[in-house]
Amino acid sequence: MDREDIILKMKGISKTFPGVKALSDVDFNVVRGHVHALVGENGAGKSTLIKIISGVYTHGSYEGQMFYNDAEMKFHHIMDVEKVGIGCIHQELNVVPELSISENIFLNEKPTRRGFVNFDKMYSDTVKLLEQIGMNAEDSVAISPNEKIKNLGIGQKQMVEIAKALAKDVKLLILDEPTAALTEVEVDVLLEIVDTLRSKGVTCIYISHRLDEIMRIADEVTVLRDGQTIETRKIADLDKETMIRLMVGRELTNMFPRVPHTQGELAFEVKKYSVDHPDIPDRKLIKDVSLKAYKGEILGISGLMGAGRTELFAAIYGSFRTKGKGEVYIDGEKIQINNPMDALKHGYVIVSEDRKKLGLNLLMNIKENITLAALDKVSKSGILNDDQEVQYSNEYMEKIQIAAPNIGVRVSTLSGGNQQKVVIAKALFCSPKVVVFDEPTRGIDVGAKYEIYKLMNELVEQGVVIIMISSEMEEVLGMSDRILVMADGQIKGEMDISEATQEVLLQASVIGREEHVK
Amino acid sequence: MSNKETDNKRYSKIKKIDIRTFTMLAVLIILWVFFTALTSKGFSDLSTSFLSFRNLSNLFRQMAIVGIMGSTMVLIIVTQGIDLSAGMVVGFIGCVAAACQVYYGIGTAMTIVIAIILGVIVYAIQGALIAYAGIAPFIVTLGGQLVFNGLILAVTKGATIAPLKESLVYFGQAYVSKTVSLILGLVVVAVLLLNELQRRASKRKNDALTESSTAMIIRWVLMSAVVMIAILVMNSYRGMPIPVLILFVVVFIVTLIAEKTTFGRKIYAIGGNLDAAKYAGINVRKNLMMVYMLHGVTIAIAGLIYAARLNAGSASVANAGLELDAIAAAVIGGTSMSGGVGKVAGAILGALIMASIDNGMSMMNLDAYWQFIVKGLILVAAVWFDSRTNKK
Repeated sequence: MDREDIILKMKGISKTFPGVKALSDVDFNVVRGHVHALVGENGAGKSTLIKIISGVYTHGSYEGQMFYNDAEMKFHHIMDVEKVGIGCIHQELNVVPELSISENIFLNEKPTRRGFVNFDKMYSDTVKLLEQIGMNAEDSVAISPNEKIKNLGIGQKQMVEIAKALAKDVKLLILDEPTAALTEVEVDVLLEIVDTLRSKGVTCIYISHRLDEIMRIADEVTVLRDGQTIETRKIADLDKETMIRLMVGRELTNMFPRVPHTQGELAFEVKKYSVDHPDIPDRKLIKDVSLKAYKGEILGISGLMGAGRTELFAAIYGSFRTKGKGEVYIDGEKIQINNPMDALKHGYVIVSEDRKKLGLNLLMNIKENITLAALDKVSKSGILNDDQEVQYSNEYMEKIQIAAPNIGVRVSTLSGGNQQKVVIAKALFCSPKVVVFDEPTRGIDVGAKYEIYKLMNELVEQGVVIIMISSEMEEVLGMSDRILVMADGQIKGEMDISEATQEVLLQASVIGREEHVK
Repeated sequence: MSNKETDNKRYSKIKKIDIRTFTMLAVLIILWVFFTALTSKGFSDLSTSFLSFRNLSNLFRQMAIVGIMGSTMVLIIVTQGIDLSAGMVVGFIGCVAAACQVYYGIGTAMTIVIAIILGVIVYAIQGALIAYAGIAPFIVTLGGQLVFNGLILAVTKGATIAPLKESLVYFGQAYVSKTVSLILGLVVVAVLLLNELQRRASKRKNDALTESSTAMIIRWVLMSAVVMIAILVMNSYRGMPIPVLILFVVVFIVTLIAEKTTFGRKIYAIGGNLDAAKYAGINVRKNLMMVYMLHGVTIAIAGLIYAARLNAGSASVANAGLELDAIAAAVIGGTSMSGGVGKVAGAILGALIMASIDNGMSMMNLDAYWQFIVKGLILVAAVWFDSRTNKK
């Protein structure tokens, strides 16, 4: 192989979080002036690697070496990273909504004259930068550098971020899922910008779940899986199917207590459900989704991050920022849900993916958390019945095997797995008919995972409808009886467990157009 | 995490809460010792000192209004709210009560009813603006402070409205007779015992009994001792002041509401994690508004006592800064400004510390400015201490 001009070379990178090895011995080389794509499943280690390159994880918090322009880099602060010309555009945009475009671009280092900000220079520099990335080209609507960020669309905000990076004279630009929130047209514009940057000699590391984009823009692709580099190949030597195979390629271990279920009667149905995007007018986050869930089965909802899975079920729950439109039926009866109170009344509960924010009150103890969503069950005309509350809480604590000395323990002192069990106990205390488990085992240890799976099986036996949203494909394949795949706010595939494999699931979630219908 | 680790963490947390309360108790005792030492003529003669029966009785009477206001101020701060209008509303209601009696000759019972209804209405409006219109509590009640300051002047037209009817003045100035005080004290002691026994029985029934019967008895004896000593001290002067009796009744009822009702539980849930409370199907707006309405009741009671103590309605309340004393009392008593945590009874401790400073310093003939400086320092120190122990 002829010697190429390597701008970034990472050697033997390992990074461990408590209990998890996020990266182990990763090698990663980026050729100057190329667009290098980084792909992998959720949790493959892409973000961790990016955070090391961009200095979020400082030198010393990981093992291995990083060379930039052949010099070893030891970043101790984000500023060190900027100084050498590495810029990073994160998935969550880092712009200040109330400030103008030019103020955002020159947020840290404004051009000054005699100690005062030189607004004229800032303005003209902004104009130049925007031109450079093709914003305000002749055929598009011109946007003033003085426009406030909050008035821009997501695509435009992203461009401002890119301009901000360019203002710092970036040589290596990292784009982390830049197209997750963009429309087709905006994606085209973004890819053009990346192409322009490449022709100007800027190297890009491009992370995306959308494999078509990668086929269009990348020069090389590196596949990560389970924290390891699987392969780096030239784009010419790759196609989407190979990429998927490389991303998945792993055996299922027997972590799942699968028991045969028999599909019962239809218990939960959603018809033509749509949800408007809360931030972007005239955009739909969920588009005409219809689904059915039956008693006696676990319905798995698969898909990549940003596919709209959580948003769909949160909107049905009445807790999403925008209201959904469509029909919801429980046990054949059409119901109207305006807020979580209504949802709970009809027996629809969610075990949230964000247990610290939505699931628990960390200042309260186990007992108070368990009963919070159904205080009526332990009170009479507004007066709490201590005895009953203690009795029920003990019952649930035993049933769900929450490991704690007693129900008076504050939940903030519990381990993640036990906290999750408290959230589940709280949901079950509402006597639900439909339970949505959103990422039920995220961030908890294997033992607790197994217990939660067993609990799901028990609930299914009792005739509770279980819908399990999960980004872990192993979990979806290990526990579901039927799987729906979501992408771009739509259901892109439905399959019985017997015909589902990781390849099929991933294909349905990344290649939105093809449909896998039973 | 193993069980053992969980255990240790739990104990350290319990210790921490106790540290906060004990520190404030210690502060109170140090203040008392300090003031006594500086005001007494000798070790044997406490008759003119801070610790004289007469002065202690005064002290409790002085703290009553702030304590009553503080009891529901705790709940408001628990919801991450604040009430800056409380002092002015106290004055406004006092003036309206005085006007009712002096200008319109309305009887005392009716005046009390009018005052309480007025208090609820005032706070229903402010609560609605906070809960339904979504305006920040700081702004709503700051506006309220100005509005009610104006209304006080409108009602009084700068004059003092006096005198009130005897029967209303009674609530501000009279004492419960010594025999009745003693009987009340014994009733409280008996209720405490019953409560302990009932809690114990309930715990035993649910296999949650962890504490020995000795611990229970010691706790009961300590609490009873505090109650009885307080009453004996009061009786050594003229008996329990009515405002103090009202304070204890209010704190008792508000504590019951906070700890034994679903409404109370919801308040703490909202303050501790608003998103999770909504997610658990709690009607946040309704409950938030109800907290403010409950606060309206106690503020009205404080307003009546304030007018009764002065035997007049006057604009002087504008300078008293009662709302800040009430907020300080809540905070010194352990209420967290970030919400979700706070005990109603803590307001008594807070109010007692504040009143001790005022009382002790004026007995020492120090200039009034010292009171403000020391109160300010203690308030900040209490919060600083709390954030330090919380971090560790």
